[in-house]
Amino acid sequence: MAELLFWPALIAYGEAALAYLGEARRPGLPGRLATWGVRLGWLVQTALLGVQAAEAEGFPWSTWAGSLNLFVWLVVGAYLIWGCRARFRLLGLAVLPPAVVLFAIAWVGGGTGVGVPSRYGSAFLVFHVGLVLAAFAGFTLSAALSALFLWQERRLKRRETSILRLRAPSLATLDELSARTIAVALPALTLGIAVGLLRLRSTGSPVDAVIVVTLVTWVVYAAFLVGRFRFGVRGRRSALYVLAGFTLVLVVRLGLPLTHFS
Amino acid sequence: MTLVLVGISHHRTPIEVRETVALDRDGAGTLAARLAGDGAEAICLSTCNRTELYLVGRSEADAEAALLEISSLPESELVPALYRLRDEAATLHLFRVAAGLDSLVPGEGEILGQVRAAHEAGAPGPFLDRLFRHALRAGRKVRAQTAIGESPASVSSAAAALAEQVFGELRGRRILLIGAGKVGELAARNLLSRGAEISFVANRGANRGAELARRFGAEPLPLDGVVDRLLTADVVVSSTSAPGFVLRREDVEHVVRARRGRSLLLIDLAVPRDLDPAIHELEGCFLYDVDDLEAVVGETLAGRRREAGRAEAIVASDAERFREWQASLDVVPAIASLRARAEEIRAAELRKAEGRLGRLTEAERSAVEAVTAQIVNKLLHLPTVRLKQAAAAADGVVYAEAVRHLFGLGEEER
Repeated sequence: MAELLFWPALIAYGEAALAYLGEARRPGLPGRLATWGVRLGWLVQTALLGVQAAEAEGFPWSTWAGSLNLFVWLVVGAYLIWGCRARFRLLGLAVLPPAVVLFAIAWVGGGTGVGVPSRYGSAFLVFHVGLVLAAFAGFTLSAALSALFLWQERRLKRRETSILRLRAPSLATLDELSARTIAVALPALTLGIAVGLLRLRSTGSPVDAVIVVTLVTWVVYAAFLVGRFRFGVRGRRSALYVLAGFTLVLVVRLGLPLTHFS
Repeated sequence: MTLVLVGISHHRTPIEVRETVALDRDGAGTLAARLAGDGAEAICLSTCNRTELYLVGRSEADAEAALLEISSLPESELVPALYRLRDEAATLHLFRVAAGLDSLVPGEGEILGQVRAAHEAGAPGPFLDRLFRHALRAGRKVRAQTAIGESPASVSSAAAALAEQVFGELRGRRILLIGAGKVGELAARNLLSRGAEISFVANRGANRGAELARRFGAEPLPLDGVVDRLLTADVVVSSTSAPGFVLRREDVEHVVRARRGRSLLLIDLAVPRDLDPAIHELEGCFLYDVDDLEAVVGETLAGRRREAGRAEAIVASDAERFREWQASLDVVPAIASLRARAEEIRAAELRKAEGRLGRLTEAERSAVEAVTAQIVNKLLHLPTVRLKQAAAAADGVVYAEAVRHLFGLGEEER
């Protein structure tokens, strides 16, 4: 059943990714088709996750591929909060194509089926994996918003004549939303790390490289928020900083299969 | 029922001719009321680009005479400039006008309000009322379903739209206006209409600058006080007649550091330019001069023209629906006569039958009335529908005549 739901979700996301490309060329109908594709795909993926949760023994996303599946769902869900607004449709160009690729990788890795029982306890996994993945989804969205900021800024700097025909969200809006997303995601990461560290302490497991990079990631994003809300740093430098921070998120995401998943 | 349109517009007539027949709202209303006597209908649409008379129950000659009366031009000059349209062509024309497709700038939104005002001030009867309501609906539909009206069509509105691309919501954004000329004021007013506030007005002549600042509720500044205010301003609009740069890169450079990445949009509407082009290279600074803005407007106008194709399809479809309704008017008298004749026969036959059936109770009489009325309605339903369909297909008059002949309608009056 879970496998049957994967394909409609992937097709809907794929359709949305293509429609976003069309929207970038000729705004209008493609944008609306893309939004419906995202909505439909996300609903089907939600059903897929529901089936996985119902059929699995314990936490169903404890494998790297399973966590990737959950991660895609969180990213697309977070995107849907703003993505349905016409001005933010172009953000879909930064979110949906990677989401399709990651979702397909999750399927190849067996993350869309019913997972094998995990060596970790379910409560720990729900809190630790859930919170960390939610935070990473937020950072991913924030990076997409920052990338869109830099693209829009470049268009303004180049004085592109299409700037008013092919409208993106304003620089100020992108800047603000990116910071707010991080302000929401960082507490989730803090709690996720705290749960992980408590477990680490109780089991006496060693601190590995991924944990260290995760902690560095926390420091980087915390410094971002301090710079933002204490010193008022914003604009291009802020966007570049967010993208630099996101490379750490990528390192952690790529490192997780090697150190944390069976 | 024939619709007549006689008008003059920017397409083939210069302003010197148009202005002789231009009317304000009251004047247009008065003219329409005068033409609408004796059961006729009239609406006068008069804007800076056109004056058009829509008439039902009057001829083109009546419209021409009315326009000649208000114009100071001789007949030989005015009449050749007028265009005349009838029925379908006139309907389509009005629908295109309401959609902004006949405007100087395709898709401009002001015309919709002007058509509405003409409708309200005019003297419409059932036909023109319906025509204008449908035209207004088509205009709204075009604006809702296409992007024809979304892009700015002037340099000043492009500047305001650019500010929205940088800052989003302009409410509370602070504008620094350099120069107290008309061009800068127009751009500032455009920003003001979108929620921004004019915070500072800098001008070489203190009196004129102070006067403009007072009108906007802004702080007046001397030109050398501009740099100090750059830290708090979000948009700078400059349009002085100064021979050199009013703001140089060095002036803005140290302010940019203090702004910590906050964007600064600079609009240079002056020729020669007021703002050093090198300012654009600074982080967070976006400088657009007249050429840049005109290039943006050119692109958006091209976009409007592309959207115009979709808009034309919407307008044509709505105009066609109106034409079908108008055509159905040809068969309405025939349908009404047919139904009246059937009702007459039904009532007469009932009266005859009453004697044979003896005395009926009230309930029985009602039942018989209902059954016979239902039979008549069912019999006439299909011919009525077919007649209307035939009217829509332009055969209405032939069918109406056939019905009159077959059922002997109107023969008793001959």
